[in-house]
Amino acid sequence: MPGKLKAKIVAGRHLPVMDRASDLTDAFVEVKFGNTTFKTDVFPKSLNPQWNSEWFKFEVDDEDLQDEPLQITVLDHDTYSANDAIGKVYIDIDPLLCSEAATRICGWFPIYDTIHGIRGEINVLVKVDLFNDLNSFRQSSCGVKFFCTTSIPRCYRAALVHGFVEELVVNEDPEYQWIDRIRTPRASNEARQRLISLMSGELQRKIGLKVLEMGGNAVVGYLQCFDLEGESGLVVRAIGTASPNTNTHSNTAPASNACNSPSKDSKEATWAMFKQPVLDISFPLIGVLNNQFRHFLFLSVLSGMGSGGSAGKEAGPLKTLLRQHTQSALEQREFPFFTLTCFPPGFLVHVGGVVSARSVKLLDRIHNPDEPETRDAWWEEIRQEIKSHAKALGCHAVVGYSESTSICEEVCILSASGTAAMLNPRFMREGCLDAGGSDHRLSRQPCGFCHIPYDEFNMPFPAQLTYCYRCRRQKVPDVLFTTIDLPAEAAVTGKGCLIQARLCRTKKKAQGEVNATAISNLLPFMEYELHTQLMNKLKLRSMNALFGLRIQISVGENMLLGLASATGVYLSALPAPGGIQVAGKTPSDLNYDQHIATMQKRINDTITKNKELYNIHPPESTEELVGSPIPDRQRSRLFRSTSESSDELLELDLSHGKKDAFVLERGSVTMSINMFVSSGFYSCNTEVMPGIYNWTSGLQMFTSVRVYRLSNANLTNQGLNKIFTELCENLLKSLYFKLRSMIPCCLCHVNFTVAVPEEELIQMGAVRLNCVCVCGCVFVCLFVSGSGENEDQLQFSMELCADSTPSNNQPTSKPSVSSAERCSPLPEGRSRSLRSTRSMPCGAPVAVVKMTPLSFLPGTRIVKYLGIINMFFIRETTSLREEGGVSGFLHCFIAEVFAMVRAHVAALGGNAVVSYSMKECVFMENPNKNQAQCLINVSGDAVIFVRESEQEATPPLMSSGQISSTGADGTT
Amino acid sequence: MRMSVELDVFVGNTTIMDEEVYQFWLDGYTVNDAVKVRMEGGVLEECEASAEVLHSDTMDQYRTFQMCERLLHSPAKLANQLLFQIPPHRQAMLIERYYAFDGVFVREVLGKKLSKGTKKDLDDVSAKTGVTLKSCRRQFDNFKRVFKVVEELKGPLVENIRQHFLLSDQLARNYAAIVFFANNRFETGKKKLHYLTFQDFAFCAGQLISYWTVGAVDNMVEDMDVDLEKQFLQDLKELKILITDKDLLDQHKSLVCTALRGKTKVFNEMETNFKNLSRGLVNIAVKLTNTKDVRDFFIDLVEKFIEPCRSDKWTAGDMRLFLTHYTNSAHILDTFKHQVLWDRYMGVIKSCILKMYHD
Repeated sequence: MPGKLKAKIVAGRHLPVMDRASDLTDAFVEVKFGNTTFKTDVFPKSLNPQWNSEWFKFEVDDEDLQDEPLQITVLDHDTYSANDAIGKVYIDIDPLLCSEAATRICGWFPIYDTIHGIRGEINVLVKVDLFNDLNSFRQSSCGVKFFCTTSIPRCYRAALVHGFVEELVVNEDPEYQWIDRIRTPRASNEARQRLISLMSGELQRKIGLKVLEMGGNAVVGYLQCFDLEGESGLVVRAIGTASPNTNTHSNTAPASNACNSPSKDSKEATWAMFKQPVLDISFPLIGVLNNQFRHFLFLSVLSGMGSGGSAGKEAGPLKTLLRQHTQSALEQREFPFFTLTCFPPGFLVHVGGVVSARSVKLLDRIHNPDEPETRDAWWEEIRQEIKSHAKALGCHAVVGYSESTSICEEVCILSASGTAAMLNPRFMREGCLDAGGSDHRLSRQPCGFCHIPYDEFNMPFPAQLTYCYRCRRQKVPDVLFTTIDLPAEAAVTGKGCLIQARLCRTKKKAQGEVNATAISNLLPFMEYELHTQLMNKLKLRSMNALFGLRIQISVGENMLLGLASATGVYLSALPAPGGIQVAGKTPSDLNYDQHIATMQKRINDTITKNKELYNIHPPESTEELVGSPIPDRQRSRLFRSTSESSDELLELDLSHGKKDAFVLERGSVTMSINMFVSSGFYSCNTEVMPGIYNWTSGLQMFTSVRVYRLSNANLTNQGLNKIFTELCENLLKSLYFKLRSMIPCCLCHVNFTVAVPEEELIQMGAVRLNCVCVCGCVFVCLFVSGSGENEDQLQFSMELCADSTPSNNQPTSKPSVSSAERCSPLPEGRSRSLRSTRSMPCGAPVAVVKMTPLSFLPGTRIVKYLGIINMFFIRETTSLREEGGVSGFLHCFIAEVFAMVRAHVAALGGNAVVSYSMKECVFMENPNKNQAQCLINVSGDAVIFVRESEQEATPPLMSSGQISSTGADGTT
Repeated sequence: MRMSVELDVFVGNTTIMDEEVYQFWLDGYTVNDAVKVRMEGGVLEECEASAEVLHSDTMDQYRTFQMCERLLHSPAKLANQLLFQIPPHRQAMLIERYYAFDGVFVREVLGKKLSKGTKKDLDDVSAKTGVTLKSCRRQFDNFKRVFKVVEELKGPLVENIRQHFLLSDQLARNYAAIVFFANNRFETGKKKLHYLTFQDFAFCAGQLISYWTVGAVDNMVEDMDVDLEKQFLQDLKELKILITDKDLLDQHKSLVCTALRGKTKVFNEMETNFKNLSRGLVNIAVKLTNTKDVRDFFIDLVEKFIEPCRSDKWTAGDMRLFLTHYTNSAHILDTFKHQVLWDRYMGVIKSCILKMYHD
């Protein structure tokens, strides 16, 4: 019995009126952990009760501590009838189980009800006493740290990277249990919330065990997903990178560590490296009567290799394979997957390109939650494929790896993608990832990662190779696509920008295998076309590399949606991109020729304009080497793009009509003209904007959700494409407009998610279409002068600073920080002083908690990671119209989710959430019944940060931690 | 092929609010009207946004404000609620603007009972003033809410309003005036009073609160600043002697005339009218024990004093000069014993009349 959990209920405030007669409430609280429940006294007739309860003590196994949440229920006492529930608070106590993380949870939590939303707040104090664990066969993994951040967390240092860890837990979805027919929606929602909370706890614990087995002590890039498989189940997946971190910690440690950690062995230097775990959980739903196994159709899209088979057949061998996979750390190390997107300098030796794999599956009931091997096997296949793709590119590792699913009824598309790369073997073996200790030549060379990892004479696909434009010694490809962030050492010319390719494909409504086959057949075309679009848009902007590429394919009843987002940049090491030639289908018509010529001119003008816009002025010498942009190069480049991860698709180019390409081209031209007129506004989907280095601390994270309804008359591919493109453009425009007060600013880490929700209720021939969800974060990036004209000049000097020593960097960046505080609409400095001078009559004001999808906060330094935040909420309403319709309902719910995340972080003692993401946002409505339901899953890392200016006391970090200081200025 | 936006939300971690849109919302504009005005305002050219974008933004903001409204009803909650993360200076702005009111509107309801009946008539007020009905209702509810809260509080009125509703000093003073007028039901709607602005009345209310209420003597009783001091009103009857005693009246007149001779162009008019004017002022004092006469306080001031003077073309300077000497001369009257009472009465009357004496 290795742990004692203690909880104290202090007070409540702003409670709702539960007794209409007196306009008051007789509130009491139930505190539940596992099967033990305690109650406070009733505090009669008050909306602001003061319970000041005793310490409620739970003596529990640490296994339970990891799995279970502490459940606090606030009720209204009623003498004659059943007590009414006001709402609940679930507190994940995991952060208290790590000695370095939070020590107690203490603060105001919103009391949440799945029907009514937030109803008042409750003040709670929670502590955990852990005893030493003497059991060597333990099932818990207390002490393993989890990070959502996809880079080595700023105040830690990785000693050794172990590799990939994954786990899968399966359960039944309570929403589909028979009992759901008789219980209230509230009870059903709460059962679901609790179950998912339990499952993610269990999942995390199991992953932790694997990490411990491997000798690691932390998981970075932890990614956990839920797959709601409708009638056949609910799947939760997670992936990450596991590594043992060598030291670590915090404020002063890195400095001291820099000199001595290489000599330490891995036991002492436990901090530095992380392994990646992948977690998958599948939940079957009971609703289905048919127990028979369905056959799975498995088509690997990119390679074109298809395989069919039943789950029964495949499960056995794959499972053993999986065992081997996780058990042999050596194997893992030879071929690691990394969910990280950002690496210490020198870690990446070469980058090959994007590798991805998709497969279409038919969902089936999961019969035994303890044997989730079916889902395991599916993912295993995909990972194997990714592995072989990477090998074909001459790489031994995959970085920036992620997995996702799209489910429509019984069809499920599983996708995985990553970037094939060669890593520096030093990092796999020794206990040191020090910036200073690593290979100096490699880490300093700004073009090394661009050099091809594969054999020039035995290329896996046709590509134009040239000598590197920086070092002139090694070969580089003409374009580079990756899923990672721009490496800190990379030299770029000009600025980057967000590039998106959007695509819709209609398909016939079908069932079962027919449907799956239809989808499988469509996928290669979609993938190809997305690549073509990306390539053309890249050229239109005169850029030659994509970072942070994320391709999402969503499946709906009668259409497929593809959305690729990436950040385009001009890598100085790569050759200048060629132009775009417009070709007509038949050269007979004179008017048509003229039209083509006009198009061509417009395209050329746009390219010139974009060069100005993004400040892309490569040195003249480039031209000599390349010669004039050759039209034929274009074709080969198109080839190249598709062959990024597949040879099979090469033939497709021929079958691909010129006409389509032409239409797309035209679309993209007009788009690019319209899109970037708002000056001072930049966007990218990577952590930082390439080419902009002077960040200020003004920060705004937001979530935006849109749902469109399409009338389904004559849905054509072209019409759909146009609508989809408009929709994305409008959303971006809307964002620019909303955030105009922050200009000049940059939209970073914009994460688009599209879905085609199932139509439960077909009305009037209308089909509900897309739900676009953007989660992003906006920085105010202020050029010192604050005016557009001086931008270039400043830009230049900034770049110089970043390239030279970091100490030079400080003085230049500081003025920009201070000036931003003056101009940004949300200056923290000012608000703080205002708050302190203003007398607030009702207790202390609420502490500000920042949220960001980035792994850092500009102008600040993270001093402590308090633990992972992983929350799942359900909200339902039966009075949709009264709550302001669907928009009002969702607006309120998202605000409530933010509030609950902030409250948890504040209670842990933190002041920010980094690497925040909204993993899932499922929205269902039934306007006829005036009902709606929404599920949201969010995660992130709770941290404590201090402003750069407040931490003068620790200068060693500035000088030793070049990564972190330049990172804060936006170069990593 | 058409598509329609079914759901469109944008939520920021720090709640984004546009002051301009907030004003439209407060003013009761519909979303479409607000969009129209914004488009005319030129935001579009600035940001290259389309009407659609503007509409979406306006909707978002309106929703946010609607959700905040509940909190704004008890502003202290805004500071410690968890739902919206709003920087303190923005919170102050939200509250201040929410409680701000239109001069024309408040002029219509000033002194009326803040009852359901009055609320029902708001559509007439809206039609008359051009303030939207929605905005009228918000302002009316604000008055009522503040009234209800301070009714039950001890201590100084202005300070209570300021602390409870986190308003600026100026706004709190205005609310104090509104509460004071509503409580005493002063008549302000008569035609003769139409020329007076809310600020004129607010100033007078401030004077009355500071010098004539219970709070002027004792600062820890309920309603201290809302009710006029009963004893004081009772005592005012004693002033009657100034007009009933003929010697005293003549003596008072000659003292004032001596002091003013040669100093004003309207001396003759003043001299002929003195007795009437003095009777007017003293009679107001004497009758204040009647609630009905308290209500007519301002109309009496205008009818009995301001109008006669205006028809004689007194300037503001004349007025000041007269009132000063009229007040001071009473001290020299041998048989007049109520100096303190007289000063307390005339001090307020003088400043009120001076404020009200304009076109």
